[in-house]
Amino acid sequence: MKTIKIALVGQPNVGKSHLINAFGDTRLKVGNFSGVTVEKKTIRFTRDEYNFEVTDLPGSYSLTDYTIEERVTKNFLDDGDYDLILNVLDSTNIERNLYLTMELLALDKKVVVALNMQDEAVNEGVFIDDKQLSKLLGISCVPTSALKKTGIDELMGAIVQAFDTPKKTCHLQYSDPYEEEITKITSFFTEKNYQSDIDLKTLAIKLLREDTQIYKKFRDEAIWTELQPMLNESYEHLYIHYKTKDLDGIYHDEKNALAKGAVKESVKFDNAKDNNGLTDKIDMVLTNQYVGLPIFLFLMWGLFQITFEWGSIPMDWIDAFFGAMIDGTKSFLGDTELASVIADGAIAGVGAVILFLPNIIILFTGIALLEATGYMARAAFLLDGFFHRFGLHGKSFVPLVSGFGCSVPAYMAARVLKNDRDRLLTLYITGFMSCGAKLPVYVLIIGAFAAPEHAGNILFGVYIFGAFLGLVAAKALKMTAFRGDDEPFVMEMPKYRLPTFGMVFHAVSQKAMMYLKKAGTFILAASVLIWFASNYPKYPEMEAQFETKIEQVSGDEEKVKALNNELSLYKLENSYLGQVGHASQPFFEPLGFDWRMAVALETGLAAKEVVVATMGILYGLGDEEDEESSSLADKLRANVTLPSAIAFIIFAMIYFPCLAASMVFRREAGGWKHWIYLFIFTTAAAWILAFIAFTIASVIFS
Amino acid sequence: MTLNLLQKGKSATITTINAEKELKNRFNSFGVVKGATVHVEQYTLAKQTMEIRINKTRMALRVSEAEKVEIS
Ligand SMILES: Nc1nc2c(ncn2[C@@H]2O[C@H](COP(=O)(O)OP(=O)(O)O)[C@@H](O)[C@H]2O)c(=O)[nH]1
Ligand SMILES: [Mg+2]
Repeated sequence: MKTIKIALVGQPNVGKSHLINAFGDTRLKVGNFSGVTVEKKTIRFTRDEYNFEVTDLPGSYSLTDYTIEERVTKNFLDDGDYDLILNVLDSTNIERNLYLTMELLALDKKVVVALNMQDEAVNEGVFIDDKQLSKLLGISCVPTSALKKTGIDELMGAIVQAFDTPKKTCHLQYSDPYEEEITKITSFFTEKNYQSDIDLKTLAIKLLREDTQIYKKFRDEAIWTELQPMLNESYEHLYIHYKTKDLDGIYHDEKNALAKGAVKESVKFDNAKDNNGLTDKIDMVLTNQYVGLPIFLFLMWGLFQITFEWGSIPMDWIDAFFGAMIDGTKSFLGDTELASVIADGAIAGVGAVILFLPNIIILFTGIALLEATGYMARAAFLLDGFFHRFGLHGKSFVPLVSGFGCSVPAYMAARVLKNDRDRLLTLYITGFMSCGAKLPVYVLIIGAFAAPEHAGNILFGVYIFGAFLGLVAAKALKMTAFRGDDEPFVMEMPKYRLPTFGMVFHAVSQKAMMYLKKAGTFILAASVLIWFASNYPKYPEMEAQFETKIEQVSGDEEKVKALNNELSLYKLENSYLGQVGHASQPFFEPLGFDWRMAVALETGLAAKEVVVATMGILYGLGDEEDEESSSLADKLRANVTLPSAIAFIIFAMIYFPCLAASMVFRREAGGWKHWIYLFIFTTAAAWILAFIAFTIASVIFS
Repeated sequence: MTLNLLQKGKSATITTINAEKELKNRFNSFGVVKGATVHVEQYTLAKQTMEIRINKTRMALRVSEAEKVEIS
C-alpha cells in the first residue's frame, strides 16, 4: 500500500483540525482562537487503499518567520518530508486566504486546495466557482464543509489524483514588469546550465525577494560573481517601477494582486446576504467600550463561582466514597501494615486528588467555551490597553488565562507571542496564575478557615490577588531584565461561532484524562512513597515504652488517648518525612509553618496535587482516635493558625511550578538557565511575600 | 490623516503604510494594504486599542500602530 504524506496548511481558524477529524477517527485539539494549535501534530489513517499521514501545521497567515508558529510551518514546508500540501481555505474570507495560497504555489510543490466552510459561504452569499478557480490556479480546488462533512470524498479523490500524477510547473502569472525580471534570471540560469533542485522560477522569486537563506547558499557558489550584478540591475528596475525599495513589499503586492484577480474571475458575492450582522450585533455589546470590560469580569467571576459552588456537590459524594473505601479496606485487611499502605497511603492520596476532578472539569469547560466561541480574542482586545501598561501584550491573556487551568498548556500557549522577549516575560509570570492543581490547596484551607458563605468570594480574591502580583512582577521584570521594544499587537478577531459539543468535549476530556492519569500513576506512586517516608523508620522501643505506660493508666480514657496521640506524633516527627521537614524548618520558621506544612510544600514540587495528599496523610495519621474531628479541615484548624494559613496560601500560590510544568517551561524558555532563574525568582518572591503576609496577619489577628 | 483619528463607524481608504517590515508584513497578511477600504468598529474606553474591519476580516490593533497607516 502506498503512503501519502500530506502537509496541512492554512490560516488560523479555517477548520484544519475539524477537517482532519472528518477524514477519519482521529483526535486533535480544536479551538477558535489563533494559536491553539501551536505544535505540529501527525495523524495516520487508511482509506481507499492508501495510507495517509497528515501533519497538522500551526495556522499561519503567511509564510514569514516572525512567529514561532510561522517558523514551524515555514521550516516544515522547506525541509520537511511530505508529498503534497493540502491548503485549507475559509471560503467566507476567500481573498485573504488566497494570499497564503499564492505563496504556497510559489514553493513549487504539489498543492490541493480545500475550500472549507462551504456551508457558511453559501449562507453569506459567497459563491465560488471551484472549476474556474482550479483552472486559474492550475490545481484542484474542492469545496468542503468540515462541519457538515460534505466534499470529503471528493477532496480525498483530488489528493490521490495529485499524488499519482506528476507535478505541473508553476502556473502563476505575475504582472509584466515582475515576470520580465523573473525571466531574465531564469534564462541566465538556463544559459549557465545551472543544476538546481528547486524550480528555477521559484528560485528567481526568492532572489527577487532577497530571501536570506537563498542568499547564503549562493554566496559560496562560483555563479555568484556573475549573478550579483544582474540582480542589482533587476532590483533597480523594480525600484523604479514600483517607486519603493521594499522588495518583500513588492512581492506581496504582486501576490495580493494575483489573489484579487482570482477572486474577481471566480467568485460571486450576493451582498444582500452578507451577514457580518450577527457578529456585529454581539460585538456591539461584548466589546462595547463601557460594558465590555464589566461583562468580561462578570463572566470570569461567574466561572469561578460555578467552579466552586457546583463543584462542591459531587465532591461530597466522592469524599464519602473514598472514606468508605478506606474504612472497608481496613476492616477487610485488619490492622496491618498492608492495610495502612493501601488505605492511608494509596487510597487517601489518590482520593484527595480525584476529589477535585469536578472543579477541573467545570473550569476547563468554561475556558474551552471561551476559546471555541471566539470570545478569547475579544477579551485580548479589551485587555490589551491594561496589559500593555505592565509591559505585557493583549495576547499574553491567552497563556495567562490558560494558566488558571494548568501551567503546562499555558507555557505552550505563550507561543502566540511572537517576540521572544514578550514571550519570555509572559512565561515567567504565568506561574502567578494559580493552576487547577493549586485549587485543592486553596479550597482546603479556605474551607477550613472561612465561613461557607464567604468561601467563593475569598477564592475569587485569591485568584485575582495572584494575577495582580503577576502583573506587578511583569512590570518589574520589564523594567529590568526585559527592557526593549514591544511587538505589534495586530490580531484577528474571529467570527463568533457556536461551539460544537464535540469540540468542547475533546478539550475537556483531554484535560480531565491528563489529570486522572497523573492521579493514577505519578500521584499514586508519590502517595505510597510519602506514606512510607512518614511511617518509617520504626521505633519499637518507644512503642513498647508507651504500651507499658498505657497499661498502667488503663481505664482512664483521657490519659490513654493523650498517650496514643503523643506516640503517633513522636513516630511522625521522627520518620524520614519528619526529618526532612525538620531539616528545612529553619527556612520556613519565619513564615509560621510547622514541619508538616514544610513537607507538604516540598512534596508539592513533584506535583501540586500532592500538597493536599501529603497534608491528608500527615494530619490524618496524627490522631486516629479522634472521631469528632475526622475531616482534614477540622484537623487543620486545630493545628494551624490563621496567619500561617494565609502565608501558606501565598507561598503555595507563587512558588516553583510542578515538575511537569517546569520541564515544559525549560523547553519553551530555551534552556536550564531560565529554569534556574525561575526557581530563584519564584522561591524568593514566595518567601518574601509570605513573610510579609504572615507578619501583617499576625498583627491584625492577634 | 492617520487611521487612529478615524471616528467609530466611519470608513476610509488606505493611502500609505509607514510601518517597519514586521508590522507591515502583518498588516499585509490581514489585507491592510494600499487601496483597501477600512471601517472602524470600536475603540476601547482608554482609546489605546481599536477594532477595524477590512472586507471580512476584523482585527484589533493598538492606536500607536494605527498611527502608521495613512488614510484619506
Ligand atoms: N460552518 C462551518 N464551521 C466550521 C467548518 N470547519 C470548521 N468550522 C468551525 O471553525 C472553527 C475553527 O475550526 P478549527 O478546526 O479549530 O480550525 P483550525 O484553527 O484551522 O484548526 C471551529 O469553531 C469550527 O467549528 C465548516 O466547514 N463549516
Ligand atoms: Mg487547529
